[in-house]
Amino acid sequence: MSTATTIPQVLVEVEDAARWFDVSAPWLERVLSGKKRTMLRAVDGVSFTINRGETLALVGESGCGKSTIARLLVGLYPLTRGEIRIDGQSIAELKGPNGKALRRRLQMIFQDPYASLNPRWRVGRIITEPLNAHTTMSQAEQSARVDELLLQVGLDPADKLRYPHQFSGGQRQRISIARALALKPEFLVCDEPTSALDVSVQAQVLNIMKDLQRELGLTYLFISHNLAVVHHVADRVGVMYLGRIVEITSRDELFENPRHPYTRMLLSAIPDIEGKGRSRTPVAGEVPNPLNPPTGCAFHPRCPQAREQCRQESPELQTIGDIQVACHAVANHWPQNQASGSLAPP
Amino acid sequence: MKPVLEIKGLSVEFATRRGVLKALDDVSFSIGAGEILGVVGESGAGKSMTGAAIIGLLEPPGRISAGEIWLGERRIDHLSNAEMRKIRGREIGAIFQDPLTSLNPLYTVGKQITETITTHLPLSYSQAQQRAVELLEATGIPAARDRIDHYPHQFSGGMRQRVVIALALAAEPKLIVADEPTTALDVSIQAQIIELLKRLCREQGAAVMLITHDMGVIAETADRVVVMYAGRVAEIGTVNDVIHQPKHPYTVGLMGSIPSITGHKRRLVQIDGSMPRLNAIPPGCAFNPRCSKVMQDCRDHRPDLMGAGVSQAACWLYKGLQ
Repeated sequence: MSTATTIPQVLVEVEDAARWFDVSAPWLERVLSGKKRTMLRAVDGVSFTINRGETLALVGESGCGKSTIARLLVGLYPLTRGEIRIDGQSIAELKGPNGKALRRRLQMIFQDPYASLNPRWRVGRIITEPLNAHTTMSQAEQSARVDELLLQVGLDPADKLRYPHQFSGGQRQRISIARALALKPEFLVCDEPTSALDVSVQAQVLNIMKDLQRELGLTYLFISHNLAVVHHVADRVGVMYLGRIVEITSRDELFENPRHPYTRMLLSAIPDIEGKGRSRTPVAGEVPNPLNPPTGCAFHPRCPQAREQCRQESPELQTIGDIQVACHAVANHWPQNQASGSLAPP
Repeated sequence: MKPVLEIKGLSVEFATRRGVLKALDDVSFSIGAGEILGVVGESGAGKSMTGAAIIGLLEPPGRISAGEIWLGERRIDHLSNAEMRKIRGREIGAIFQDPLTSLNPLYTVGKQITETITTHLPLSYSQAQQRAVELLEATGIPAARDRIDHYPHQFSGGMRQRVVIALALAAEPKLIVADEPTTALDVSIQAQIIELLKRLCREQGAAVMLITHDMGVIAETADRVVVMYAGRVAEIGTVNDVIHQPKHPYTVGLMGSIPSITGHKRRLVQIDGSMPRLNAIPPGCAFNPRCSKVMQDCRDHRPDLMGAGVSQAACWLYKGLQ
């Protein structure tokens, strides 16, 4: 079993990753009506790193590209541009001769536990599958490992004889977690693991994930649209908008001192149970069509601080200390802020 | 003053081949004019079933097996379909979770709203059209006069939900049943829709039954809240009391399990197990197998709502307090 290291050490590096989808009309139609190819830029130039034993959360509204990043990281989609490295090894090698060794180090937990478990297989077989694919364990060893995994996620070893439909949503999600842990991976990509669950069950799953992280020193990429859940699980948080990261920093910094106007908008929009009577500033407008994104900064049509520069130039992700923000308004304030030693929101 | 909606001892049953399932069991509450009543609970708790029973849209074999539903002075639970049609839309407006399925894709939104208005109000077609434009403007749809000729697929999710709200409010109903109106929407849009719903109900003085599983939405919107569990009401009280001083152990667990962006919880409170299925509701209090404060009474007798300080809770812990 791997142990957590106290020294921060980069495990996952994502450099300028992009994934475009070709959503053009069929060839004949294009030729006849003279249409051009259209590309949907689901993820367009995203860079971040995740340290060992850390949880990085990605948040954003639907269509911002967060699930695409999850799929890029485990190699379910090939990259259009850029590079992703796990412990220095490029995930392009997943397809090569060393792919198998790399693959067992990263696993994924999907959103819908009803769709991600084979309904015709018993739980034991579901969890044994990765062991069969990657190890040469004997049946007795496999069986012992399955028992151990079920206990780890709070289920009973006797449950391995049952079928997925005999479990509730929360229990099924634990089965997916047990399956993901079977090969003792270091890195788990969790794509909205609790969105399909009720709150009390969500609490069970989040608690188990945190316990396992502490015991096994796991590294998580946690994808969610729920900021309250992210606040609970994450060490660092990245906020995405239309295929790009607009702000990425530590959890406390992001929630206490949001810098990017979009982050501030998102935070003020969440209904919180403590929020009775708090006046919210409902944000005007909606996420633009990703097929036809606005020029310059993609957020400018909804941004209260949009200026001419924002309409023309797309802002780069700028780094100061632990904070990275992609916003002209914030960047223009930086020189003064640096001098005064603080980084106030614009 | 008589409440806009009063439900007394409502039970809904489904006759299946394996016996009768009780989806709702002795549910009672009322909503006054201008009040927003939140109904929360986990999936399968019976929230939407209560809404469907009020609107008269229970799917067979579901049927109301006991209890009464009063809309003002009128009892509506045993009305025929034809009579219910006159009430639906006119006196009760409904907003459902998915705005795409509650609009007809083959008609323009203007046509759908105008049809509702002319069915229920004594207005001419052109007057109704004028009113449809006003309604769309009131719900914050830009360029309403042009967009009235658009089809539902030409609207985004948030805009569609605004159309559905305009449709629900078209005939100025006294009661609006909103079943998860913001669940399918992104947070930024969700905030806009909640603000809109609150404002319009205040202006029209309509009573609202807001069904949702999101306590955050309830906290920001509702005046009072009903917590449901396994087809029964577990607790009723004002929003503030239920959130800050929950009485029923289920509500206590539910509140503790919600992650919050304010404050740090190292660990969420978890309620072990899950809600029982309808065919396996335990005897006594339905929550007793998951309850940390379970007593012998809970296993033998089903508790009714009883006074528990500021709120009412269906829990034997508060037996002596009355």
